[in-house]
Amino acid sequence: MKFGKELSIFLILTVVCLFTGYQNHNFFSQANILNTTKMIGIYGIFSIGMGFVIITGGIDLSVGSVFALLGVGLSMLLTEHHMNPWLAVLLAVLAGGVLGLLHGVLVTKAKLQSFIVTLCGLMIYRSLARTVTGDNTRNFSDAPQAKVLIDFVNGDWLGLPTPMWLLILCAIIAFVVLHRSVFGIRLLATGQNEESARFAGIPTQRITLITYVVCGLLAGISAVLLAFYTSSISPNGHGIGYELYAVAACVLGGFSLRGGDGSIIGVVLATALLQVLRNMINMLQWSQQLEFSIVGGVILVGVLIDGAIRNRKKRITA
Amino acid sequence: MLQIHGVSKRFPGVIALDSVDINLAPGEVVALLGENGAGKSTLMKIIGGVYQADAGSLIVEGTPCTFRSPSEALDKGIRVVFQELSVLENLDISENIFLGRELRKSGLVDRKRMCELTVGYLEKVGLKRSPSTPVAALSIAERQLVEIAKAFSMKVRYLILDEPTSSLTLEESNRLFQIIADLKQEGVGIFYISHRLDEVGVVADRVVGLRDGKNAGALAKEEITHEAMVKLMVGRDIAPSVNSGPAASSDVVLEIKDLRTTRYPNIPVSFSIRAGEILGLAGLVGAGRSEVTQALFGIDPCSGTVELKGEKLIIRSPKDAINSGIFLVPEDRRNAGLTTSMSVGENIVLPAWNKFSSAGLKRQSAARKYAQEGVAQLNVKTPSIDQIAANLSGGNQQKVVLARWLQMNPKVMLIDEPTRGIDVGSKAEIYTELRRLASQGLAILMVSSDMEEVLAVSDRVGVMHEGKLTGILDRAQATEEAIMSLAVGGTI
Repeated sequence: MKFGKELSIFLILTVVCLFTGYQNHNFFSQANILNTTKMIGIYGIFSIGMGFVIITGGIDLSVGSVFALLGVGLSMLLTEHHMNPWLAVLLAVLAGGVLGLLHGVLVTKAKLQSFIVTLCGLMIYRSLARTVTGDNTRNFSDAPQAKVLIDFVNGDWLGLPTPMWLLILCAIIAFVVLHRSVFGIRLLATGQNEESARFAGIPTQRITLITYVVCGLLAGISAVLLAFYTSSISPNGHGIGYELYAVAACVLGGFSLRGGDGSIIGVVLATALLQVLRNMINMLQWSQQLEFSIVGGVILVGVLIDGAIRNRKKRITA
Repeated sequence: MLQIHGVSKRFPGVIALDSVDINLAPGEVVALLGENGAGKSTLMKIIGGVYQADAGSLIVEGTPCTFRSPSEALDKGIRVVFQELSVLENLDISENIFLGRELRKSGLVDRKRMCELTVGYLEKVGLKRSPSTPVAALSIAERQLVEIAKAFSMKVRYLILDEPTSSLTLEESNRLFQIIADLKQEGVGIFYISHRLDEVGVVADRVVGLRDGKNAGALAKEEITHEAMVKLMVGRDIAPSVNSGPAASSDVVLEIKDLRTTRYPNIPVSFSIRAGEILGLAGLVGAGRSEVTQALFGIDPCSGTVELKGEKLIIRSPKDAINSGIFLVPEDRRNAGLTTSMSVGENIVLPAWNKFSSAGLKRQSAARKYAQEGVAQLNVKTPSIDQIAANLSGGNQQKVVLARWLQMNPKVMLIDEPTRGIDVGSKAEIYTELRRLASQGLAILMVSSDMEEVLAVSDRVGVMHEGKLTGILDRAQATEEAIMSLAVGGTI
C-alpha cells in the first residue's frame, strides 16, 4: 500500500481525537479547534523544513534558538526602529534563510557534520538572543504598527487560523517539490547514496545546500508566527526544544534519519498527532509533566511497529 | 570431511537451494560453478552460519552441525571470505585481522604483539603494508588481501573463498594461488567460487556445478576444460565474441593530452581513441587507471587538454562530461554506478530528467517509456522497471548502468572493470554489447584487470604502471607477456 503509513497515522489521530472528545466535550469547541490547529500550523511549517534536511541525511538542531533570535530581532525592529511591519517580517524570514545558508555552506563546503554545525548554532543563537536583550522579556506593546501582524497571525478564515492556512500552502508546495518535481527525485537520490548520485551527474552539494536554505526560510516563517502568537519573547525559554518536535514529527511521519526517504503528508499528519496529544493531556487534565513521556512513548511504539513491518516486507521480497 | 547432504533453503517465493549434496575433503580444492542466482552464495552462507538450512544436514568430521551464527561455524574451523568485503575502514590492518579476538596483555589490547603477528600474515599474502596502515587507505585489492590474511590468522580447517580474485590483478591472483597451494599442504579444505574459468582450471581438484539451486553435475580434475565448465554452468555453449575492430580510416573521437590526475600530479598521460575503437587499459591495481576515467568524467579535478572530435572541452563536473556525451560506468557498481535502493526505471532516468520535465515537474509517463526502452535495448532481465535495483543480479545491474548512458546518445564511454563479479552468460552479453556500441562509432575506454577480457575485447591495449602510460600495444603485439611486462614497469 502506497500511503499505508500516512493512513495509519491518520487513523491513530482520529482515534485520539474521538477519545479526547468523548472524555471532554470541550475538545470539539471552536476555541479549542482554532487553538490546536494554530499550533499544528506553526509546528508543521518548520517540521517540513526539517524534513528536507533530514532527507539529505542531515539534521537542524538550531531551530528553537533561531526562533528566539529572530523573535528578539523582530521586536527590536518593530519597537525600537518602528519599522514597517511587513518589511520586518520579510527581513526576519530572510534572516532565517541566511542562517540556513550558513549551515549549508559549513556542511557542504567545509564538510562539517550537520549535527555539529547546528548544535553550535543552537548554543550561539540562544546566547546572542539573551545577550542583546540582557535576558529581558520582549514584547510588542510599544509597537502600535505590529497590531496588524498580531491580528493577522491570530486571525482565522473559513474556520481555520492563519498558521494552518500557511501550513496547507507550504505543504502543497513541498509535496509537489518532493514528490512530483525533478528537484525532488534528485534530492531523494542524493539522500539515498550521495556517491551514486554524483556519478549520475547530480550536483549533490548544491542540492544539499538548498535544503538548508529551505529549512532556514521555513523556520523564519514559523519564527514570525510564533512571535506574534505568544506576543512575548523571553530569550531564555522562547522556542526551546522545538527542533525536537520537528525531528519527532519527521521520524514518526516516515523520514529515515539515514536520509533518502520522506513523506510530506506523513510529517504534517505526525505534527498534528503530536499537537493533539499535547492538547489531550490538557483537556483530560492529566499532569503536564507527562507530556514528553507520552510523546516519546508514541514515537517509540510507532518506530517499532514500522520497523517490524519493514522487516516483514524485506523478508517477503528477498 | 565436510559433508553437505540434501540441503534446501527457501526464501518467500524462491527456492534458493533444492536438496544439494557436496563433500569437501581436507586438503582438497573444490570449485563451485554457477551463474549468479544459482545458489552458490546461499550455500556458502549456510556453511558459514549466516543462514540456516530449511532441510538437509551439514556434517563436520562425522558430527551433524547446525550453525546459528558465523562464530559457531568458526569454532568448527570453518571460515568464509565473502565477496562483499567485511573489513572495517576506520580500523588499521592489525585491528581488522584480530577483530573480535584481540590479543590481551593484563586486560589491555596488546597492540605490539598483534602488529608483530600481522607482519607475518601480510608477508604470506604478499601485501607490502605496515600493520598500522588504516584500511581506509587501502585499495579494494589490498583489502581483499587483508581478508585473506585474516583467514590465515585463524585456525581454519575449511576455507570458503567467494570471488577472491574479482579485484586482484594477475600477479596478485598468482600469489593467491600459491597461498591456496600452501593451505592444501597443511590439509585445509577449500571451496573456491569464481567466474574466472581459467583460474578455476589452475586451482581446482574438482568442479561442482550448481544450476537453479540444484546439483548440475561435477567434473574430475582431468575433465576440467573451459568448454566443459561453461556447459556445466549455463547448460549450453556460448560462442566467443568476434572482434572486428574499427575501420582504418575512422576519425579520432577523444584526444587526451598531458592529463594529470590528483593521485599522480607529476605524470602526464596522453592517448587518443578513434571512432569504433575499444582501447583497453591494463595494469596493476593502483596504476592510476580508474583515476584517469574519473578525471575525464569530472569526478576528480585534473589538468591537461581533452578534445572531443577536435573540440576542446572543459570538464569540471560529471554534468559537464554528461552534456558533452562522455559517460562513465564506474568500478563500484553498488555504491557509485547505481542507486541500488531505487528502482531500475528511476536509475535509468535519473541523469536524464531534464528531458522529461516541464516547469521543473516530472513527466512520469514519458520517463517510464524511456526507461522501458533502455531495459528492452539491453535485454535487462527484470520483472518490471519498478523492481528495486538491489534485487537484480550483478550482470543485470551492470546492464542497467549501461542502459542509463546508452539512452543518452554517448560519444565516449569510459568503462571501469565492466564485468567484475559477473557470471559468464552476462559477461558474453556485455562484450557483445560493447562491440555493438563500438561498431556504431563510439569511442570506448575499458579499464580491466581481467587479462582474458582485455585480450578478447580491446582493439588496442594501453598499459599503465604507477601513473605512467608505459605503452600502447596494437592487437597483434598485445600478448599476455607483453602486457605483464609493461604493467610492472618493464619494456617489451
